[in-house]
Amino acid sequence: MDADIVCVGFGPATAGFLTTLSRQLVNADGTPAVESAVLPGMPPQVLCYERADDTGFGVSGIVTRARALRASFPEIQTAGIPMAAPVGEEKVVYLLDPHGASRRSAALRCADGLIRTAKCVLPFEHQALTLPWTPSFLHKNGGMILSMGQFMQWAGAQVQSTGTVQIWPGTPVAQALVEDKKVVGVRLLDQGVDKKGNPADGFTPGMDIRAALTVVGDGPFGPVGRQLDEEFGLPNGNHIRDWAVGMKFVVDLPADTTLKPGTVLHTFGYPEPEIFGFLYVHPDRVASLGIFVPSWFDSPVRTAYRQLQHWMLHPYLWRHLQGGKLRSWGAKTLGESGRRGEPHLTGDGYARIGEGSGTTNVLTGSGVDEAWATGTQLAETVLELLKAKKPFTKQNLDETYVKRRRASWVETEGRIAEKSRNGFQKGVATGMIGMALAGLTNGKFSLGKEPVQPWKRISSLEEYYAGRIARGDIAKLREACKAKSVSLHGALMDQAGWAAIPFDGQLLVSHQDALLMGGKVQAPPGCADHVVFRHPELCEQCEARICIEACSGQAITPGENGVPAFDREKCVHCGACLWNCSQADPENPERMNIAFRAGTGGLHSAEN
Amino acid sequence: MSTAYQIVVCGSIVPDPLQTLEPIASPAGPALKNEMMLPAVLDPWAGHALYEAAALAKSQPGSKVWLVSLGPKAKLQQVMMTIAQKVPFELVALDGSASGFTDATDTAAALAEAIAAIPGLDKSKLLVFGGWESASRGAGATMQMVGERLGILDQFQGVDRLTVNVDGSLEILERIEGGKHQVSKCAGAPALLGWATGNLPEPKNNPQVGMVNMRSVMPALQKARPVKFAGDGLAFASVALPKQLRETQVVKDKLPDDIAKEIVEWIKQ
Repeated sequence: MDADIVCVGFGPATAGFLTTLSRQLVNADGTPAVESAVLPGMPPQVLCYERADDTGFGVSGIVTRARALRASFPEIQTAGIPMAAPVGEEKVVYLLDPHGASRRSAALRCADGLIRTAKCVLPFEHQALTLPWTPSFLHKNGGMILSMGQFMQWAGAQVQSTGTVQIWPGTPVAQALVEDKKVVGVRLLDQGVDKKGNPADGFTPGMDIRAALTVVGDGPFGPVGRQLDEEFGLPNGNHIRDWAVGMKFVVDLPADTTLKPGTVLHTFGYPEPEIFGFLYVHPDRVASLGIFVPSWFDSPVRTAYRQLQHWMLHPYLWRHLQGGKLRSWGAKTLGESGRRGEPHLTGDGYARIGEGSGTTNVLTGSGVDEAWATGTQLAETVLELLKAKKPFTKQNLDETYVKRRRASWVETEGRIAEKSRNGFQKGVATGMIGMALAGLTNGKFSLGKEPVQPWKRISSLEEYYAGRIARGDIAKLREACKAKSVSLHGALMDQAGWAAIPFDGQLLVSHQDALLMGGKVQAPPGCADHVVFRHPELCEQCEARICIEACSGQAITPGENGVPAFDREKCVHCGACLWNCSQADPENPERMNIAFRAGTGGLHSAEN
Repeated sequence: MSTAYQIVVCGSIVPDPLQTLEPIASPAGPALKNEMMLPAVLDPWAGHALYEAAALAKSQPGSKVWLVSLGPKAKLQQVMMTIAQKVPFELVALDGSASGFTDATDTAAALAEAIAAIPGLDKSKLLVFGGWESASRGAGATMQMVGERLGILDQFQGVDRLTVNVDGSLEILERIEGGKHQVSKCAGAPALLGWATGNLPEPKNNPQVGMVNMRSVMPALQKARPVKFAGDGLAFASVALPKQLRETQVVKDKLPDDIAKEIVEWIKQ
């Protein structure tokens, strides 16, 4: 099938692209502003294919300065977007460990001791220190708290209502069509296949959609973006090695909550020093809250779900959350390499936008606004090229889209942030100081070193728990969990001194119940497994099966002969397994042994 | 003998069944909490009817399928993105409430009026399809009233199969009590069929179908007629969710007999 423009993925970047483009494809009198090459006399045929089952699924709650969003929607504050609130009070809070179970360095333990000693003269309450001052680059004042699920539904409706572009959820793109180093369109996912992708009942091969321009906005772990990374490589010096998984709850706060809509709370220090937390308050006593578990957290048991529950139970937060009720739940991988992970932004027949194109700013903790901005920048240049009847060659796209992007605040701020997190390669304290240094000097100075590949940071269980759990005990736990076919992290955390979670059936529920209660998972039949272990023999010899521990949906479990089993029906498409793997791919040490391919299904929640 | 049918499917939206629903009292009567925020899907019962209609139209050259849909316009637009790639149809949109708390009489009146207004409709070729029931309304009365208002006397509810005989007559398998089917015959159109589950799987996404459908879907949504319900004479004494006790187990590859035994034991407890 032929189209003029085909977009891969409907995230904030593509929404920005389509919002800008769709408004200018047709004149006020209904005639085409520019003409389609495939349907002469009509406006350009613009298609967008999205993996998730609806436009608002699989995204997250955010706080944003909303600069680019406001440029597209000047009345966004009063547009009636559900769950949107203007940013009010902002706080950054250091959480101390009230239970002594977290793994803190000597420097942090010393700092904790000093804080506790001087707590009478510090803004200290409920085992937490509110930072008396935070640098301006961390502030979002004047911005908005949004449920990205609700915002994307709203933005999708605005785009669709123009009638000039088509968005098709539930339709994953399997790959880009590359001919003679040119991208000529995309191939959709095969339907009616077995787990391994072999034709089965109702086999329908994925259709080829050929288009003059392919807009790739499929996020940090989208299959098309990664295919292009492998096909064309990354620019010299760039690499994609920093990741984080964000896991969050949407919660009905207790009726007597004192938290006001617009409250923005960021935390660090607990449940482990490497884990950051957030709590944003929407209108009507609803909050988005969660944690980020980064790839530089050296634990081989990076289980976000249980860590999130321990974070919620911290006395500073629990006083606000006790009596609350879980509404929805979700997880998503963030590409934290930012500007340093920028791929080739253009090529003949394609352009890349959004998070997968290196827009995330890890210094300001901002991504949606930047992604949206790059989408609008591309749309403006696409319109220029269409009107000038110029083809979508690399040269033309470089002279328009890339030039515009380089001149924008996205680039300026991305450059400042580029090395700001290098310090975390050496430890949390160095990382925090390095961030401040980079932010306060506009990126001129930073601490630390270049990130290494994530698999190099994953130690063995025995190393990580040295001095806390005996090797023999780890071996016993490993055998016991293998016999029960469950992940290890629960048993290890219990052994390491973490208290059991006091399930209340409302907010503190088992991981499995969270999958069933809020944002439930669905996987349509007739599709192949999208998580594939490239070299099973590497899994057989792997001692730190971090993929099992880190899996956000408990979809990866111990399997036969040591090769983990994958259950597509439980996968929330968070993408964490892509980088939570201790085995490098022998063919390419920049990637690991797990392939995250195009797949259908995932969470059904539009509140995230 | 092949007959070119005009098949009108009545089908609207319901909240995505994977969501947690909570009834609340609103100024306009009972409603679902955050209903407009919840993702929506095509009512699964109506979905079966639509897919059966498309299959029948495909087997009877010259046939055409309309989907008459009453729901909030923004939500209808959203749901069209997920179903318009499935089968070819022309949308007739009505902008109004798709709530399960509206009066079935009012809903039926609006649907019948919209069907009667379809240009070029030939009653001698008309088959009206819909869900026997609805995921948001279990009354099973709406389709019957639509048929009555259109003057269609041959009505079948709980349909699992429709066969067009060589002579053009229709043979219909209807569900009846006791887990049995009743076989009925009628001479042909016009007829109304309230579908149960049918026998067809959900069609695969077909981008070409989607592209063609969308050319008519967006104009139909843009000119959707607003429908307001008076709600006169309808009162709800109380609204509550069934009490539920959940005990979660995720078990794979267990024999059905063993699952059944375990459920029986659980119920006995």
